[in-house]
Amino acid sequence: MLGKLDWSAIPFDQPIPLIAGAVVLFGILAVLIWVVVKGHLPYLWHEWITSVDHKRIGVMYILLASVMLLRGGSDAIMMRIQQAVAYQSQGYLPPEHYNQIFSAHGTIMIFFVAMPFVIGLMNLIVPLQLGVRDVAFPTLNSVGFWLTATGALLVNLSLVIGEFARTGWLAFPPLSELSYSPGVGVDYYAWSLQISGVGTLVAGINLVTTVLKLRTKGMNYLRMPMFCWTTLASNLLIVAAFPILTATLAMLLLDRYLGFHFFTNEAGGNVMMFMNLIWAWGHPEVYILVLPAFGIFSEVVSTFSGKALFGYRSMVLATMAICIISFMVWLHHFFTMGAGPDVNAIFGIASMIIAIPTGVKIYNWLFTMYGGRIRFETPMLWSIGFMVTFIIGGLTGVLVAVPPADFMLHNSMFLVAHFHNVIIGGVLFGAFAGFEYWFPKAFGFRLDDRWGKLAFWFTFLGFYVTFVPLYVAGMLGMTRRMQHYDVAAWRPWMFVAAAGMAVLTIGVICQIVQIVVSIRNRDALRDRTGDLWDGRSLEWATSSPPPVFNFAFNPDVRGEDAYWDIKSRAQQQSLEHEVPEYHDIEMPRNSPTGFVCAFFATIMGFALIWHIWWMVILGGIGAFATFVVFAWRDHDEYVIPADEVAAIDRVNIEERRSLVSMAGTV
Amino acid sequence: MNLLDPQGPVAAANSTILVDSVFIMLAIVVPTIIAILGFAFWFRASNPRAHFQPDFVYSGRVEMVVWAIPALTVILLGGVAWIGSHQLDPAAPVPGTGSPVRIQAVSLDWKWLFIYPDQRIATVNTLTVPAGAELNFQLTSSSVMNTFFIPQLGSMIYTMNGMVTKLNLRADSEGKLQGLSAHFSGDGFPDMMFDVDVISPLAFPDWVAATAKSDAVLNEESYKKLMQQGIEKGRPTYRLDDPRLFDLIASQHIPPGPGPELISDAGRPHSGGHDAR
Amino acid sequence: MSMTATAGRAHADPHHIGLVIEHPGPAPKRIVTAYGFWVFLLSDIVMFSCFFAAYAVLVGQTAGGPKGSEIFDQRNVAIETVCLLLSSFTCGMASIAADVRNRFWFYLGMAVTCGLGVVFLAIEFREFADLVSRGYGPSRSAFLTAFFSLVGCHGLHVSAGVLWLLTMMAQVFAKGFRADVLRRMMCFALFWHALDIVWVGVFSVVYLLGSGV
Ligand code: HEM
Ligand SMILES: [Cu+2]
Ligand SMILES: [Cu+2]
Repeated sequence: MLGKLDWSAIPFDQPIPLIAGAVVLFGILAVLIWVVVKGHLPYLWHEWITSVDHKRIGVMYILLASVMLLRGGSDAIMMRIQQAVAYQSQGYLPPEHYNQIFSAHGTIMIFFVAMPFVIGLMNLIVPLQLGVRDVAFPTLNSVGFWLTATGALLVNLSLVIGEFARTGWLAFPPLSELSYSPGVGVDYYAWSLQISGVGTLVAGINLVTTVLKLRTKGMNYLRMPMFCWTTLASNLLIVAAFPILTATLAMLLLDRYLGFHFFTNEAGGNVMMFMNLIWAWGHPEVYILVLPAFGIFSEVVSTFSGKALFGYRSMVLATMAICIISFMVWLHHFFTMGAGPDVNAIFGIASMIIAIPTGVKIYNWLFTMYGGRIRFETPMLWSIGFMVTFIIGGLTGVLVAVPPADFMLHNSMFLVAHFHNVIIGGVLFGAFAGFEYWFPKAFGFRLDDRWGKLAFWFTFLGFYVTFVPLYVAGMLGMTRRMQHYDVAAWRPWMFVAAAGMAVLTIGVICQIVQIVVSIRNRDALRDRTGDLWDGRSLEWATSSPPPVFNFAFNPDVRGEDAYWDIKSRAQQQSLEHEVPEYHDIEMPRNSPTGFVCAFFATIMGFALIWHIWWMVILGGIGAFATFVVFAWRDHDEYVIPADEVAAIDRVNIEERRSLVSMAGTV
Repeated sequence: MNLLDPQGPVAAANSTILVDSVFIMLAIVVPTIIAILGFAFWFRASNPRAHFQPDFVYSGRVEMVVWAIPALTVILLGGVAWIGSHQLDPAAPVPGTGSPVRIQAVSLDWKWLFIYPDQRIATVNTLTVPAGAELNFQLTSSSVMNTFFIPQLGSMIYTMNGMVTKLNLRADSEGKLQGLSAHFSGDGFPDMMFDVDVISPLAFPDWVAATAKSDAVLNEESYKKLMQQGIEKGRPTYRLDDPRLFDLIASQHIPPGPGPELISDAGRPHSGGHDAR
Repeated sequence: MSMTATAGRAHADPHHIGLVIEHPGPAPKRIVTAYGFWVFLLSDIVMFSCFFAAYAVLVGQTAGGPKGSEIFDQRNVAIETVCLLLSSFTCGMASIAADVRNRFWFYLGMAVTCGLGVVFLAIEFREFADLVSRGYGPSRSAFLTAFFSLVGCHGLHVSAGVLWLLTMMAQVFAKGFRADVLRRMMCFALFWHALDIVWVGVFSVVYLLGSGV
């Protein structure tokens, strides 16, 4: 009846996950009860859960990423403590638990923190920057988000029901095959990623189409803000790379569920094929994450330097070069397989070649600052912190791309330090910069400065205190994924790293405090202009938060840095005074499709993990029915009458006009 | 286990390349970091002496330089990578004094088996080798993937079931080193550390003779017992019954090692690593 | 609030890009939908390539089981191929009928497409069932694993296509040739033709090359 599921699936003998799970469950319940009692449920349902507004969906993506960051961060704290204490002892985490933690940490951080954070920011901002009203496929957008959330839910469910994979975040066979991992852990891993992978693919298709086919009048390719370019590149990579992940995990699942032999030791299966396939996705994946971050830094550095981006064309070229080359280097993840010197050398050099466009980007940001008037607002701090940190990560990256050096550093703590150096210093710093920069756009009030800067400094310093010791430990021969160790020389470095983790944690706390404080003081922090940073691209041309329809008129772009251009012209001719004629606007209707789809996907995923076949069929039928009902819909748009558009827009124009005239008198 | 304290020619060459590459890159990375901090500081909005040039957003000459700097660095490093990959290919010979020692390493769950086919002996979790001689490793795995790595001797390499990888090393001075598995292989993974005893070439035959007197015999049967999941804290030695044992393992004539035994259906397998403790 | 805008540049082309054909604005919905679906199809083809790659890697790994030439039945495959190619033609007919809003030819085209699809699936199913009953199921060897997965993956796509086809017929029946229904019809037709192209790949790589060995 319930497949493999029975009471022994609940880890009553392991207090930590049980308590953690209970706390989370309790938290969720408390929030739910509060929502229902306070009567917020209809609001949530109509304004958020069923919303197909790209801004709302973007915000939900970011919320998901932030919550998951806390979960992944807790894992990190537990691991750092374990490695600090587990010298010549078992520490406090037995291997079967420790191994789940590092696997869950990696999986969550990549798929449910970094991915939704950047996808959320792209969703939120790109249509605004392109001067359009929504993405190409608004309902699918919502489906994509909810499927990602389903994946996250399943991963967290494994905390209390059953177990998570104990194989690392890429689940290499044969360890992940049924004979060596007979539990449900790998199944949790694979099904969550399959489901959220579909969500990511949908988001990718959506954003590619949006950038290529939905741009306002005059928004030529070479006038798009850098963030739109990197969004395009990143989503092209998603479309080309995620199907590889889907296929690879499907093969692993076929091995596990139906006794196939893709990657088994027996009957001619081939482990090396898995390594090749997974890294053919995995290397592009790191650029899927970091390219949008590059875009964010480009926007931030140019805005806060008061200059257009230096070397725009170089930047576009570099972005697209990275996009293409990133598919030609995957073998650098297994130089130590013994492929032969020619192959290793060719892939090593190809990997280094990626560093060229990346380096060019750094120099272009550098020269954007040159001759600028730099304002050190919080987003700019993150950007400068990024530039310094990322160069070091790039250095160690190129180092491990030299095969003979990698023969010593592969899988070591040094490698761990490298990729945290690029992922934290690149992707996470970028996400935070984007968060601080665009938060006022999304909510209409800015974030508290003081706490923001504190958060930056603690995170920045904490990062170095945590990860420089790992570089050293790697040089001392320490490999990754050690639940305990007996080598005295490693120990002091593990202590320092644990201390660094504490500093990092303070950074995260500062960020939470910043949000709380800012919400409390939101009236004082209110931004009525819609353009508080003196921005250059079109997202600043509308109010904060923007109306559902983004722009009352699709802006007409006449040059690069579209909004800056409009502002310059407006100043020269003083603001236009003719009263514009407003038109009705058609907007896509809300739809519960995404939520319902995700509901059935959750049921189906859970049932598949536990081999509850009747439930799988039920979920499948539900999903298909949802699809048919969605396809049957008759009216997917509603009309906002011209009067209403006019009323909303006039308020915004008033605010801006008074602002400009004030500035004129000062 | 310091990578910068190599005890053999391979490790020495690896770490030289490592250090050289770092210095080549530091030569441009350090000035760039200084420039970032310097520009950011000088062009701060509150500095009245800084000259505001909002139109400085395009310069063909600067862009040439900007592409050239990383490109030149990469050309230099690419040369290092090309030459290094060929000279330090794991399978390339590492000439030494005396006759080479053949060693067949098998990663088990979760211990290392070292077979000396020519000496007709085998050891678990200790590797004893003569200083100065070329060491020819052939490696495979009994079940899941592992990586064979002795940090101070250099170059790690994967071990995979049904496949043989090759590695040549040399240890130059007598002493005790440590090796480990550098690829996660399950619950007992951290206990896959092994000792490396580098002894004098004169003492090596004595050690072989002493080991060959061992009561324990390694053959297909005892091997199958050995490959059960578990941790080995001792350092057992064996007399080798059949010098073709390694080939039987690598060619899968002896089937791959079993995984954990299940105690419940609920997907929480009994942990072998836990048990052995 | 600093209004540095005045201090900014006066011209709108600081990077000397010089152009320009002005971009006319957002594309119409029909184009956007078709474009998005194309992108999806590309991603689907990437997924198929992985299974093709796996097949190429594992084709020799028969583990003592049968080779391709021992189990492929050329006659069946020929019939399957003819079915699919014909169905692509009839699907094209249906698309044209939809464009000119002719219900009769639309239903007829779709019905024949559906019939051919079902025949294809039936033959494929029989082939699979036959192999399994002879003990040559996918767990017999890595070669059979790769064979069943590649061909089965295509078969699953065709099954999904048949379901979709039926919904399209129902939609036209209930709603007529509305703009949104026509857009979906266009996507369906793209999908069906893409499956045809994939089948040509499967046919050549698996059956033609395989029966020679
Ligand atoms: C400057 C360009 C870069 C180069 C040349 C480079 C090179 C490498 C190489 C050769 C490895 C494999 C090392 C090994 O396994 O022994 C690696 C691992 C990794 N890199 Fe990078 N990298 C670069 C930038 C990045 C970026 C931008 C990211 C992410 C945003 C990233 C994320 C990772 C991750 C996650 C791994 C480890 C994967 C694992 O084994 O679990 N790298 N890098
Ligand atoms: Cu191999
Ligand atoms: Cu990579």
